[in-house]
Amino acid sequence: MTPALKELARRPSRWLDASGPHSEVVLSTRVRLARNVLGAPFTHRAREEQLHQVLHSVVSAARRTGSLRDSVLLRMGDLAGLDRQFLVERHLVSHDLVEGSSTRGLLLGPDETASIMINEEDHLRLQVIHSGFQLAESWRSANHLDDELDGLLDYAFSEELGYLTACPTNAGTGLRCSVLIHLPALVLTKQITKVLQGVTQVGLAVRGFYGEGSEVMGNFFQVSNQTTLGHREKETAENLERVTRQLIEYEEKAREVLLRDARLQIEDKIYRALGTLAYCRSIGSQETLNLSSAVRFGVALELPGLPPLPVLNEILVFSQPAHLQRMLGREIGPTERNVARAEYVRGRLNSNETRADRA
Amino acid sequence: MQPCQICGKNPASVHFTEIVNGKMSELHLCDTCAHDKGIQPSLGKGKFWISDLIAGMVDETVGAESERVGRVQCSGCGLLYSTFRETGRLGCPECYTSFGAQLRPVLRRIHGATRHIGKAPLRDQGRLQQRMEMASLHDELERAVEREDFEKAAELRDRIRTLETTAAPGKGHEG
Ligand SMILES: [Zn+2]
Ligand SMILES: [Zn+2]
Repeated sequence: MTPALKELARRPSRWLDASGPHSEVVLSTRVRLARNVLGAPFTHRAREEQLHQVLHSVVSAARRTGSLRDSVLLRMGDLAGLDRQFLVERHLVSHDLVEGSSTRGLLLGPDETASIMINEEDHLRLQVIHSGFQLAESWRSANHLDDELDGLLDYAFSEELGYLTACPTNAGTGLRCSVLIHLPALVLTKQITKVLQGVTQVGLAVRGFYGEGSEVMGNFFQVSNQTTLGHREKETAENLERVTRQLIEYEEKAREVLLRDARLQIEDKIYRALGTLAYCRSIGSQETLNLSSAVRFGVALELPGLPPLPVLNEILVFSQPAHLQRMLGREIGPTERNVARAEYVRGRLNSNETRADRA
Repeated sequence: MQPCQICGKNPASVHFTEIVNGKMSELHLCDTCAHDKGIQPSLGKGKFWISDLIAGMVDETVGAESERVGRVQCSGCGLLYSTFRETGRLGCPECYTSFGAQLRPVLRRIHGATRHIGKAPLRDQGRLQQRMEMASLHDELERAVEREDFEKAAELRDRIRTLETTAAPGKGHEG
């Protein structure tokens, strides 16, 4: 493992600290800008030496900016499989990028807030991640980084179509704003489909992941803008901002209804979830996700005796396979992982600092 | 128990929902197939069917016409339009010009628009602003003529002429 990755593995990402506004509902806000430089075909059609040239000019330009002056370059080809998976679990790189050679890389800023994926689908994918609901702030940072790079790189741009990207779905602003939002009450009250369909009426896309078997599962949704051509960046961010506020409001209303009509059942579900996490001896990643989703719901309901949000956020990320193996310092199979995961989660929930936070 | 939609053998354990333009699609996969597709709970990726989406969108010409359009080639990178249709990926910035006629309806269907407004690289800013001002003057002129406010229209026409004569030389079309 490279020294830079070792350093990364020791501490949680800044965006997990739950310091941002509305962190109990919005886990993180992400803004991404797709850019390509002139002089080489798009990544998938470029030759290795062209990609190398792109990598070189992006890195040297970025190191002349304020935002990424002290960044580290992680070349995919130099990383072991586990380390690549680690970066995926960290939400820093895509599955596509990690399959690349050493002409593809991640340029990572000091606290993981700003980074650039180099030679992913587009030559540059500038990304900014913040904790909680911080769209305006995230857009400002990404825009600033883009401005800094603009003077140093020749972007592929046309007056008619804006920034030119490998996939026409990104052409124009190249901007993708997204929030990772937790909506358990809307799922439980079965309003979620209706609400999310409403969201898509105003040009947003929703992606959700959930498991089977329990209702308090799969409550994370990623909401992002669908179009990038014909809208100003600010409009795009404001549209998502407005809709996210609405979602938070709907979620809060649904919570009130649940607490009024089914308080006992809800509390029972949440504390049973915490009990399982705190005392299990073997647990899969899906179950961990679902149970910590339930506990997070309890935090949003302000129930007493629950672990603080940063701990729950950390569990979400650090209970993933590559993070677990990183912590252990060796590769292990799925069965052993379930045991190690249980041990980690128990340890995290029963540590003194966590207990002290409980009422 | 619902079977996986890819292998049809294992029970589905990962449930993927995507809502695009008000239409919801669901995908139910087993762990193995989900992993193969790069889908993991808590990792919001789901990019894998964007290319299907585009393939579906551009595939409206049929028969001989489709074959002819498919043979159109980018003068910059040599990409065939038919390859773009299959992969959903363009080869280089020049593709946007070479496939201009074919891409316009695609862009309209994806974005509901075919014209960028918003940020531009600094080097283009001055020229771009001038063009945008010109475009909005033309719009205003059209509206003035529509409501038969000829006095206003004459004034706008004069401003457009002034702008045109002061415009920098070499205002030829650029891709
Ligand atoms: Zn399967
Ligand atoms: Zn091309």
